[in-house]
Amino acid sequence: MTEIVMSQTPPILHGPSEKERKYDRQLRLWAASGQAALESANMLLVNSGAGTVGSETLKNLVLPGIGRFAIYDEAEVSEADLGVNFFLDDSYLGKSRSRGVTELLLELNPEVEGSWYPNEGVRTLDALLAGSQVFTVIMYTHPIQPEQLSQLEAYGQKHRTPLVAIHSAGFYSFFQINLPGAFPIVDTHPDETAATDLRVLRPWPELVSFAEDLTKSIDDLDNFEHGHLPYVVILLHHLEQWKATHDGKYPATYKEKTEFRKIVQAAARTNTPEGGEENFDEAAAAVVKTLVAPSLPSGLKEVFEYEHTDPVEQSSGFWVIADAVKRFYETHQCLPLPGKVPDMKAHSRVYIQLQNIYKAKARKDAAEILEMVQATPGGQHVDPAEVDLFCKNAAFVKLINATGWGSDAETPRIDRLRSVAAAEFAADASAELTLTPLSHLPIYLALQATAHLPASQPPAVGAILSAIAALVPGAERNERVVQAAHEVARAGAGELHNVAALTGGMVAQEMIKIVTKQYIPVDNTCVFDGVEGRCQVLRL
Amino acid sequence: MATTEVHPASEPARWAYLDRIRTRPGPFTNPDSFDGKVVAEAMENMKILVIGAGGLGCELLKNLALSGFKDIHVIDMDTIDISNLNRQFLFRQTDVGSFKAEVAARFVERRVKGVKITPHNCKIQDFDEDFYMQFQLVVCGLDSIEARRWINAMLVNMVDEEVEDSYKPLIDGGTEGFKGQARVILPTVTSCIECQLDMHAPRAAVPLCTLASIPRQPEHCIEWAHVIAWDQEKPFPDLDKDDPEHITWLYQKSLHRAREFNIPGVTYSLTQGVVKNIIPAIAATNSVIAAACCNEALKIASNCAPFLGYPDNNYMMYSGNDSIYTYTFRHERKDDCPVCGTLARPLPDIDQAWTLRDLVDSFAARPEAQLKKPSVRAEGKTLYMQSPPSLEAQTRPNLDKTLVELGLVDGQEIGVTDPAFATVVFKYRLKFKS
Ligand SMILES: [Zn+2]
Repeated sequence: MTEIVMSQTPPILHGPSEKERKYDRQLRLWAASGQAALESANMLLVNSGAGTVGSETLKNLVLPGIGRFAIYDEAEVSEADLGVNFFLDDSYLGKSRSRGVTELLLELNPEVEGSWYPNEGVRTLDALLAGSQVFTVIMYTHPIQPEQLSQLEAYGQKHRTPLVAIHSAGFYSFFQINLPGAFPIVDTHPDETAATDLRVLRPWPELVSFAEDLTKSIDDLDNFEHGHLPYVVILLHHLEQWKATHDGKYPATYKEKTEFRKIVQAAARTNTPEGGEENFDEAAAAVVKTLVAPSLPSGLKEVFEYEHTDPVEQSSGFWVIADAVKRFYETHQCLPLPGKVPDMKAHSRVYIQLQNIYKAKARKDAAEILEMVQATPGGQHVDPAEVDLFCKNAAFVKLINATGWGSDAETPRIDRLRSVAAAEFAADASAELTLTPLSHLPIYLALQATAHLPASQPPAVGAILSAIAALVPGAERNERVVQAAHEVARAGAGELHNVAALTGGMVAQEMIKIVTKQYIPVDNTCVFDGVEGRCQVLRL
Repeated sequence: MATTEVHPASEPARWAYLDRIRTRPGPFTNPDSFDGKVVAEAMENMKILVIGAGGLGCELLKNLALSGFKDIHVIDMDTIDISNLNRQFLFRQTDVGSFKAEVAARFVERRVKGVKITPHNCKIQDFDEDFYMQFQLVVCGLDSIEARRWINAMLVNMVDEEVEDSYKPLIDGGTEGFKGQARVILPTVTSCIECQLDMHAPRAAVPLCTLASIPRQPEHCIEWAHVIAWDQEKPFPDLDKDDPEHITWLYQKSLHRAREFNIPGVTYSLTQGVVKNIIPAIAATNSVIAAACCNEALKIASNCAPFLGYPDNNYMMYSGNDSIYTYTFRHERKDDCPVCGTLARPLPDIDQAWTLRDLVDSFAARPEAQLKKPSVRAEGKTLYMQSPPSLEAQTRPNLDKTLVELGLVDGQEIGVTDPAFATVVFKYRLKFKS
């Protein structure tokens, strides 16, 4: 399942520090580099309404140790808060809700700093935004006053701060991430098996001669040696033989690969005590996924094709490296070698030799790219470690939000919503035939229709439907939209603790991904339905 | 629909948001099973059991207390460790060493007025059927598959068709890194944890000969230190995986072996991870999965919306590594489930040349069995018993006999028991390799 990240530091003989012990279970996911990013994060939560989804989100960020947070919330603690929000108690009744939540959250982790607003010194959101250190991300919960939303959007544009809208009501919720422009991720943590790249169809001289040495008298090897040939070597040996009888071509079609697999399997010795050879089984099993010609993965293609003209983007190490990798690809028709060799049956010594051949080639490719990077204006400041990481992950580099949002967007947001709505409703019409789950767009529309409605005015079905009609004309007549409107009205702008906690967990995961630049964030809206127990991600 | 009146129980102002939903029908509420007038009071009188007070357990207790349940029990035998503090938010530095169940119960009782939480600092196996019979609902937040299988077998075996109260819905959550799952089991009605066992296949073990003579990975060096060097050198009487001194010994041994074979990558952290089989865990994922479980608990207890398990889906898979992806589906009950089915489960790829020992040893790694200390019977005859010692000694000679010598044939039905599942007899049918 999850790839486990191990510390890159050289072996030391003393045990882990107190802090490493406390954070052990998460360091295995995002390593020291991710932890450092979290610890320098400064997050703002603009809270309103029933107020629980925001506290639950922050709980999941305070625990892993973000640097600091601020809560802006104009509400005073009411009885209803105590039935839904775990980070408040009787002693705060009638007092500032931001203060209560901040104080009780800070108990969770003494390493985190937190502050609450409005207070004596800072009375408005505007004043808070103007007087604070730049926020790494801003989360705000619905309902939000339109003028406050405008202030946040202006701040987001100016400081390139990601904004996250969160809405939780009854069984429904959604959150929407607004990133300031294209957001590249290098450390995407692909599945380990998917990330294996052995290049058997593009071997380089060192690998070729290593395989030849081991197999030149393959039939004379004793059973022990024969049974411990690494499967990469077995494949390379038989590929050479195949080429000799197939006009110098590799097996390409599925039929040819199947035939090749049979040849490999048949080459196993059967006069062994086990009646077969495990390494040949491994070789045969690897044929279909290993005999793949190098190609450009779609995620990286998008990176190569993206026109980065923004000055901030121009000066980032990522784009300088991406350009160098693109030139490398154009020259060699393959990506830099990641250099990882999966475990396979082999002698220790032979396996380590093979591993070193892959590592040396990976280092050579990375050095070539580093040289190109350093020859680029501004490239002298790029950290060689960043180049290494890019080379190791090149096939899985991903660009999120490539088409932008807000005033940068190619299409205005409302048009995009309408075209997504048309597609989703059309898909629903044939859902029974295609056996696909029904769209969550009706839920999004019903919640979005109440995005600015003060919590003191519980929404009525009629009002929700007319607001939906303004967003997507005609949608208000859709039967599932009407049902969603009824469900939202049933909640009366109140939260269910479970749905708030679930949504707070998802948003916190996303914040961690964005701050650490590891794993892949949602692009850009996630809608949860607690009636069915299911999420859908939409690009809105 | 949404204008129906609210029927609050005690403290209406405090539970206003919850009451709006649980006491009034919505567009998806089944009117035949829902009675909004009685929901709030019924939930206050329910007794609900939480198993595990760790990462999921802390969240479960908070969520259930804020879902209107008033009488909650929690079982956990563990004490608090410093590595729990990054997600088990009911615990503080000063609680390290105290019982999890105890500390968690007191904290939630203090924070949420009117809820009673009874902690049990012990193993689930310390209780019998009479204990489990008192609850209406069981919610599990465990990290061990064995404990899940034990409680599952207990609840399935408790079902008495004549007694409506004997059906105890089981809600189970699990997480690993950014991923997790939530599922609802209605014993004997939906697929059970044993039916779904193959979704939790054990990691393939590294062959002993690799550890002993041809290590290639840092993990091989660590396993060698753990499995072989420790037994040979016995640096301490018993291995305590939580004792830093013991882990340091294993780490140094592993490092030494790795250097001998030029294998890079052995670290203290990796040593600890391999020896303790550490699963990465974060607050955010626990929050998602525990809330998904408690959302189902609220729906089952109130019928205010359809719940997982009936009529269709019973399993939600969640993955947050690459965007967010959930897959909510129906896992089918299996007629050959050793716990809730009636037929024997086929056990394929049995070599008839095997000895009984080979068969017994194979149970641990088989995804469909995963039994570590199996005792085997066939046609009323005991072939091998792990305990008591006298019976073990009597049946031990059978281990070296081949299956054929013991009269076992292709298609033979065998009964297997394991001390981890006291009462259950797993029924399997041997299928010989041709
Ligand atoms: Zn079953």
